[in-house]
Amino acid sequence: MDIRYWNQRLETLPQPELRQLQLERLREVVGYALQTPFYKKRLPKVGISSPEDIRSLDDLKRIPFTVKDDLRQAFPKGLLAVDMEKVVRIHSSSGTTGIPTVIYYTADDLDRWTDLLARSIVATGAGPGDVFQNMMSYGLFTGGLGMHYGAERVGMAVIPVGGGNTQRQLQIMRDFRTTVLHITPSYLLHIHQRMPEFGLTPADLNLKKAWMGAEPHSENTRLKLQELFGIDIYNSYGLSEMNGPGVAFECVYKNDLHVWEDGYIIEIIDPRTGEPVEDGREGEVVFTNLIRHALPLLRYRTRDLAFLHPEPCPCGRTARRMSRITGRTDDMLIINGVNVFPSQIEEVLMSIPEVGTNYQIHLSRHEGLDRLTVKVEIYSKLFTGDLAALEALKNKINEKLRASITINSRIELHEPGSLPAFEGKAKRVVDEREKL
Amino acid sequence: MAKQITVFLENRPGRIQTISRILKEKGLNILAFSIQDRGEFGLMKMIVDKPDEAQLALADRGMACALKEVFAVTAADQPGNLEMLTTALAENNINIKDAYGFVSTADKRGICYLEVENPQNVDVGRLIAEHGFTLIADKDLYDL
Repeated sequence: MDIRYWNQRLETLPQPELRQLQLERLREVVGYALQTPFYKKRLPKVGISSPEDIRSLDDLKRIPFTVKDDLRQAFPKGLLAVDMEKVVRIHSSSGTTGIPTVIYYTADDLDRWTDLLARSIVATGAGPGDVFQNMMSYGLFTGGLGMHYGAERVGMAVIPVGGGNTQRQLQIMRDFRTTVLHITPSYLLHIHQRMPEFGLTPADLNLKKAWMGAEPHSENTRLKLQELFGIDIYNSYGLSEMNGPGVAFECVYKNDLHVWEDGYIIEIIDPRTGEPVEDGREGEVVFTNLIRHALPLLRYRTRDLAFLHPEPCPCGRTARRMSRITGRTDDMLIINGVNVFPSQIEEVLMSIPEVGTNYQIHLSRHEGLDRLTVKVEIYSKLFTGDLAALEALKNKINEKLRASITINSRIELHEPGSLPAFEGKAKRVVDEREKL
Repeated sequence: MAKQITVFLENRPGRIQTISRILKEKGLNILAFSIQDRGEFGLMKMIVDKPDEAQLALADRGMACALKEVFAVTAADQPGNLEMLTTALAENNINIKDAYGFVSTADKRGICYLEVENPQNVDVGRLIAEHGFTLIADKDLYDL
């Protein structure tokens, strides 16, 4: 195996020293947290009024969990720990109540994040000489820009093409002899399906590797795609609350994801009790960001389910490994990489009088892209018999939904009482997308 | 004016049957109908002998339905009549939103149901009468 490091000292730091480094960085981050209105109120209640109150890593457990809703409540500046003049980047996402969440970065924050991406990239054996086609969307989504800067730092030739337009993607792969892709599994599958149309086979391309993220997928999907393309595929994990991609990444052994523990403290908890679970047992992943000062997040509950491998990896890295994501503790849907909660859709529908009380959310996949169909029952008392009014209603629902969840949906109108009704907890989501 | 009942229907097997069954159970008679297809749903428009009763019967079963006034125009069944009618409307810049027609073979009369845009702007009834057509109401429809 060709094992390369980006920062060998940090990547192979013995565990006791790694814990000491975490403690130092935690103190620093708690110092920043105490500058925010949110944590200024919360931390003194548990006896933490200054960084010195953190005496050991065990003190972390005194800090209450932070959840997604806290980020919404704190919007826009309740979690900002530095002057706005220090902020050089803002990423934002939609929220379940129509209130977005926001992440701020200082120049140093971006620098530390980029370094972890560089480390992730090098761990997969990529580096200078590689031509990197970044097929994740750029913009407010952290996946595109994050990996872009990491690859530049490593010295790869970066093609910032973004998502979509299969024909152009293939043309670029051929023209520039692309060696590395950053892509979602469903889009990589789609690319393969479309290749014959353009008279191409994987042998006509120069692909060596792909980093796959933004969607949960199974080991079988990885194996299948590796075989179809004849390349190595590495699992990537991140979330914007923890900066973006580069929180955990696979090394050349492809045996689950090294969590960069000098940048993040990982805990796996029982989602019901909040108590830690044993290594190897599945639970909710909780992260503390040790490297971002503009917006500190302590003990953030990701809602992702996974387990930890404590045993050492042959690559020599001391960072423990996390399994691929096995599920979610909530009902969040990932639609073309965008996080959507059914409650967001419900809230919009219920604000429109012409819509009845029953609805259904349908997910399917066409040409490698997810399609959201929202089926609603019309409200009989407001039916006028006018076709134009029905078409206008469909447009109105789509516009209002797009304002909340940022993506387009197909709206279907149904007869009152025709959609399945449920006793108690309704099953409103029908996901017909093939599991990856 | 005649009353047309419009019913919202999903585009799947058995929906028209359901409507006709509800009307049958109430002993209601359908004089004319047409269907406007819009993909996952459609609108079924009917002229029935007792429109108010039909609406109640359908609404009782939870159907989305609405009553609307339309023009019911009759003329002798002979070539050129539809052209004459539509010329009169076109010359007065009246836009037809929806229309359907049929011929009653028993008495050789043509009947056309018309829905026009902004019917309040022009006296459509008088215009139609001036061109030799007859406007009829629900109760007269049954005597055809």
